[in-house]
Amino acid sequence: MRPRPVAPRKVINILVSIGAWASALLGIFVLFWILAELLIRGLGALSWDIFFKLPTPPGVSGGGLANAILGTLILTATATVLAVPLGLLAGIYLAEYAANAKLADYCRFSANVLMGMPSIIVGVFAYTLVVVPLGKFCGYAGTLALAILMLPIVTRITEDMLRLVPNTLREAALALGLPRWRVTLAVIFRAAKAGLITGILLAVARVSGETAPLLFTALNSPYWFSGLGEPFPNLPVTIFNYAMSPYADWQEKAWAGALLITAGVLVISILSRTYLSGKNR
Amino acid sequence: MARVSRRSRRLTHLGEKLFSALSLGSALLVPLVMLAMGFDLAWSSLPALKQFGWQFFFTEDWNPVAQSFGAASSIFGTLVSTLIALLIAGPLGVAIALFLVELTPPGISRVVGTLVELLAAIPSIIYGMWGLFVLAPFMATYIQPFLGRYLGFLPLFSGPPLGVGMLTAGIILALMVLPYISALVRDVFLLVPGVVKESAYGLGSTTWEVTYRVTIPYGLVGLIGAMFLGLGRALGETMAVTFVIGNAHRLSLSLFAPGNTIASTLANEFSEATEPLYISSLVALGLVLYLITYLVQVVSQMMLRRLYRSWNVGL
Repeated sequence: MRPRPVAPRKVINILVSIGAWASALLGIFVLFWILAELLIRGLGALSWDIFFKLPTPPGVSGGGLANAILGTLILTATATVLAVPLGLLAGIYLAEYAANAKLADYCRFSANVLMGMPSIIVGVFAYTLVVVPLGKFCGYAGTLALAILMLPIVTRITEDMLRLVPNTLREAALALGLPRWRVTLAVIFRAAKAGLITGILLAVARVSGETAPLLFTALNSPYWFSGLGEPFPNLPVTIFNYAMSPYADWQEKAWAGALLITAGVLVISILSRTYLSGKNR
Repeated sequence: MARVSRRSRRLTHLGEKLFSALSLGSALLVPLVMLAMGFDLAWSSLPALKQFGWQFFFTEDWNPVAQSFGAASSIFGTLVSTLIALLIAGPLGVAIALFLVELTPPGISRVVGTLVELLAAIPSIIYGMWGLFVLAPFMATYIQPFLGRYLGFLPLFSGPPLGVGMLTAGIILALMVLPYISALVRDVFLLVPGVVKESAYGLGSTTWEVTYRVTIPYGLVGLIGAMFLGLGRALGETMAVTFVIGNAHRLSLSLFAPGNTIASTLANEFSEATEPLYISSLVALGLVLYLITYLVQVVSQMMLRRLYRSWNVGL
């Protein structure tokens, strides 16, 4: 074998390194580009009215997104209340019980498939399940769709976090004569607390900005709501409608809403990340 | 004393039973939801499939007024936009992973890695707005005229530079799946044992040669798995695409032309559809997307699992 000359190999290596650097910089650049546009356009449109006033028709100045902001908080909260206990329990089964390995494997596989399922499909599912029988768009359908999106995330994160707890801890607690469920709730959960909280927060952040599953479940509404049984105002769909509209003042409000929702989601993700890495250190 | 302890033992036993039953039930809920979703979509799309038969998947015509529906343009748009996304995000993701694993010290790598991952935290509707108000005008004034001038002889790059269209949608999708691909590829690269890489370095290889001849072949299955996961994400991405693809039920060779995807059609039309056949046709589109996603997930999970298993055995 003839040795290859060194120079072209080095040149290729340098070119590839430059390419890798450029790609990483491009990724960061896009992130900051998006955030900068959001800040510039969103801050200009942000005012106290956004938080405290109802939407106005196009052309009528003033008004805000108060109902949509509160609506999104309620939808996210109800979905969390529905999905988190179920997801925790499912994760406990996979990590702690799982007597039947095949069944557990299938559950894991399904959770992964569900996590990869487009959120709009989940919306269609909730539509046929709730909206069709009730005959109207309503908040319940939106809650259900968001909960279905959260369930597999919470399940997988719970399993992963419980698996990180060393087995010796488990065995020590069992040797004291504690029943399995007490071991799980009193010992394992406490040991895995940081990870579980982080995981749930990330799931909440993921779901709170979701638009597609709400489009034809909760729909949207420009008014205050009296319950989840009616079309439910929410920030993502409002942003979508406003941004796609031809009215300048609606588009401005869409940017304000977009800034709010991104800030919320990013703050939750960053906080939970730093919380977790602080705990792990 | 003995009686009390027996009763408490029985209570404990009951609690244990209840708790394990509850957790089993919750775990079963996950596959149940997944399967119910498929059955439900299939059931609700029956009227449309009965009406149009197999032609549904190959007809371009989508006319709610005439009650005639065909899925061809939506399926085509889904595949084309996803292909563009992967062609861009695949190499970029591998390059970023290479940067994170081989080219920087761990401190910088962690910061850059976190920043790139934050791209995944931004809600898709934000990408949509950014795409419509920032990227689309940028494409229309700079990128598309440039491509049109030098590559305009190809049908792919012909037509007026509208800004919105298939190409812009593909680029947005690429940016959205990039963090997923780069994170997974980085994990795969990190799994390659240091000894293997170091022996290649010891023979005098450059960083690129080690990556190209050792790391990538070693983790190839994982790399393909990562691409498939990105593929799955791109196929069903809704809001960002809906903003920038132009929403036309039309098959076009040109990437500058507006089109649609399954997800964008659903997002645009579902809440306004009233006739049963219209709704059923939309659900049938959803069924197609469900089946494609399912298939992609099966393949990607098989790949990743095979990778981890073979490495656990091998190490």
